Amino acid sequence: MGKRSVIPYGPQHPVLPEPIHLDLVIEDEKIVEAIPSIGFIHRGLEKLTEKRDFNQMAYVAERICGICSFGHGYGYCEAVEHVMNVEVPDRAKFLRTIWFELSRLHSHLLWAGLMADAFGFENLFYQCWRVREKVLDAIELTTGGRVIFSVNKVGGVLKDITPEMQKMILETVDFVEKETKSLQKTFMNDYSVQSRMKGVGILTKEQAHAFGCAGPFARASGIATDMRMRGYAAYGEIDMEPITSDDCDCYARCDVRIREIFQSIDIIRQAISKIPEGEIAAAVKGNPDGEYFMRIEQPRGEADYYIRGNGTPNLDRMRVRTPTFANLAGLCETLKGADYADVGILVVTIDPCISCTER
Amino acid sequence: MYKITRSPWVMHYDGSSCNGCDIEVLACLTPVYDAERFGIVNTGDPMQADILLITGGINTQNAPVVKQLYEQMSDPKVVVAVGVCACTGGVFKECYNILGGADQVIPVDVYVPGCAARPQAIIDGIVKGIGIFQERLNKMESGEDEKSSQEEKDSSEEKEEAGKEE
Repeated sequence: MGKRSVIPYGPQHPVLPEPIHLDLVIEDEKIVEAIPSIGFIHRGLEKLTEKRDFNQMAYVAERICGICSFGHGYGYCEAVEHVMNVEVPDRAKFLRTIWFELSRLHSHLLWAGLMADAFGFENLFYQCWRVREKVLDAIELTTGGRVIFSVNKVGGVLKDITPEMQKMILETVDFVEKETKSLQKTFMNDYSVQSRMKGVGILTKEQAHAFGCAGPFARASGIATDMRMRGYAAYGEIDMEPITSDDCDCYARCDVRIREIFQSIDIIRQAISKIPEGEIAAAVKGNPDGEYFMRIEQPRGEADYYIRGNGTPNLDRMRVRTPTFANLAGLCETLKGADYADVGILVVTIDPCISCTER
Repeated sequence: MYKITRSPWVMHYDGSSCNGCDIEVLACLTPVYDAERFGIVNTGDPMQADILLITGGINTQNAPVVKQLYEQMSDPKVVVAVGVCACTGGVFKECYNILGGADQVIPVDVYVPGCAARPQAIIDGIVKGIGIFQERLNKMESGEDEKSSQEEKDSSEEKEEAGKEE
């Protein structure tokens, strides 16, 4: 038995785009225990409900996180709409679905790039981000923003997608599909990529269930959890199945996310073909009074929004529970027994979004 | 030594931002915006960095980390605040945990506004930062900077002494 020592990891680290601190207890290059400490990005925006009214909070909710911004804005708005019994027009539901999937596309491509960066494959990193820029162009054309869209409001959406824009989105997804197919070849078949990912960071189905993991991290361990199957927004009218894998390692997580890119492309095509004509927003009268619990599927997994209103413009309580918070426990379990050199890959493999986690 | 401005190394740190500006900073370095045409290289090591890109309004737990990173950078150094949160606190200004802008913790030279700041604006901010970097370098080489800092030291020592006498 070797000597134990503690290596601090983060908050500033080349692999991490965001600060999180891990105390790694290591013994002969093997990790015995990982103790996370968070709080570097805690802003306390849930308490802003006291200062902002429920319409303004939609923009604050969007800024919980820059990568999953659309999902947060959407989850908040839909929860308030349920409290206020607002019937959202069908067209707005389809528009939200299209934007949600575009944001999932850009998030997954971003993750693929960061993953390639984590195992030192710079060229692949640049290729992923080159493809991602096309998605951002489509988002900018339709919403006006690149990472923070600000198109959601309580009652519907602020902008419409015209037939010309729909054509442009379809061209974009064709391009992304073609490029992702060639990226998939590298991720799945390249010898050096496989040697870094196959059999690394195993999290069994039982463990994933016990630690309450969410999203692609849980789906790669064989748990078919996908909140989109609940049929919120327009997902009820779209034909889809959760993508799972039984390999439980980093390679499986990569496989699941890349297959989800193709799934998102499929959903965008279905949504554009089925989109109805009509209004894009409903009138909202009065103030929210009551409570609602909304569950949606973010690119990183299940996110929950709890809203309680008391009849005044300011909400009583807004609570968000994000997927990375659920996955951190699973991450610390996979880190046990891993090599020190694999820590960077394992941290990136859960697709950490610390801004969401700490709010 | 003057050639250092042809290839400034930037370090990026997330000081309690929403992450939007951070991915835009990364987007600057990738092929479409390609900050490397100005010689800008991303590094994770504060000791080797010339320009610090800081995002977010900085919370109480993060402030010592930001300060330490700034102190670890070797002189001359330039700080670019990216995004409206790093400039003033932005949408989170009234949050209980936010200090309100990067300049509350470390001296900031260039402010890049925007929520999230666009890659073009970030590159413009870095290029402006390079100009400031060159000025500081010139000062250092001519020895003015040492003189002025020496004078400051002397005056502060005098003040301390004066305080003791009182």
